[in-house]
Amino acid sequence: MASKATTARTLLRSSAWSTSSRTAAPSFKQSFGARFASTQSSTAPASSVFTSGATLAAATGLTVGSIAWYTHLYGELPLIGGVSASSLADNGLHPAEHPWSHKGVLDSFDHASIRRGYQVYREVCAACHSLDRIAWRNLVGVSHAVDEVKEMAAEVEYEDGPNDQGEMFQRPGKLSDYMPKPYPNEEAARAGNAGALPPDLSLIVKARHGAADYVYSLLTGYIDPPAGVTVREGLNYNPYFPGGAIAMARVLFDGLVEYPDGTPATTSQMAKDVTTFLHWAAEPEHDERKKIGLQALIIFGSLLTLSLYTKRFKWTPLKTRKIVYVPPKDAH
Amino acid sequence: MSLANNFYNLIFKRNSVYVPVVFASAFAFGIGFDLGTTAFWDSWNKGKQWKDIRHNYVQQEE
Repeated sequence: MASKATTARTLLRSSAWSTSSRTAAPSFKQSFGARFASTQSSTAPASSVFTSGATLAAATGLTVGSIAWYTHLYGELPLIGGVSASSLADNGLHPAEHPWSHKGVLDSFDHASIRRGYQVYREVCAACHSLDRIAWRNLVGVSHAVDEVKEMAAEVEYEDGPNDQGEMFQRPGKLSDYMPKPYPNEEAARAGNAGALPPDLSLIVKARHGAADYVYSLLTGYIDPPAGVTVREGLNYNPYFPGGAIAMARVLFDGLVEYPDGTPATTSQMAKDVTTFLHWAAEPEHDERKKIGLQALIIFGSLLTLSLYTKRFKWTPLKTRKIVYVPPKDAH
Repeated sequence: MSLANNFYNLIFKRNSVYVPVVFASAFAFGIGFDLGTTAFWDSWNKGKQWKDIRHNYVQQEE
């Protein structure tokens, strides 16, 4: 192969194409084989618009200018982050990462934990926090059987109507009713909590930085304020809460609820269970999503492998071809 | 070669056979794939899902 190519080069100079090959001669010396001989381009001119100093200066100016303009407009560059004078006291302590049993990409919720968490929510949190986006029916097949949920819903009175007299009336709850609210409206909620509004918990795990880790850390993180920190009357100190002063007092204490399944109701156990429940409330599609994700990865992975193989298969003749130059016999 | 020939004669020769074979195998694959991945999912998450703990809360089942 190599010797053939060398012959081709030497012969080309004296062949009939010698005029056209003169310009291409320098690159021919550098080429490695006859394969690229026909497609090799001639050397670029020494100076072009791509190598001039003016182009370099203009590109540099454009880059610096656009960065300066962007920084002026938006404050900081994306993906780089800025330096700010924020402190943990202002933004809240960063919550530690906890080994949730549903953390892995293939791990479903622990539904026994969701059930216990619902109990904690109902007995503790529901005194102040609403759960607007969860209906009784959502619990069916997740943490409770349908008859249990019907009973629980029937214990709550809902206003319905109007009846044929045009009057509103009270009726026991049904599966389609949403979780009862502790306060009729926001003003009543504020009035009952010294001006602080207890947030709705339906999407709280999605709505907070640190998600479930934050909620768990907040529930278990109440401590006495450190030296030098004074907390206003009626507020409590919690390092995980931005600012440190939170209106909600510590509510979870060991043995506060009694779990029917015999799980010891420690503070951390209750916090873990109610956080799992709230995580489910924020992402009810969680289990199904992960399962479909697994299926999609298998299917799309197989299809990708198949298409890559097909591409290689189809391109094999082109990728493995060799172009050989056979010199004319009667060269002088 | 005879295997490929058999395959061709059996399936690909007539469109009236080929198209139903495609549909039927897609149907069968869909069910089989779903059963397989569900079995894996259930064994991976054993004891955590509602169907694993349901028997603790529902006694009478006529």
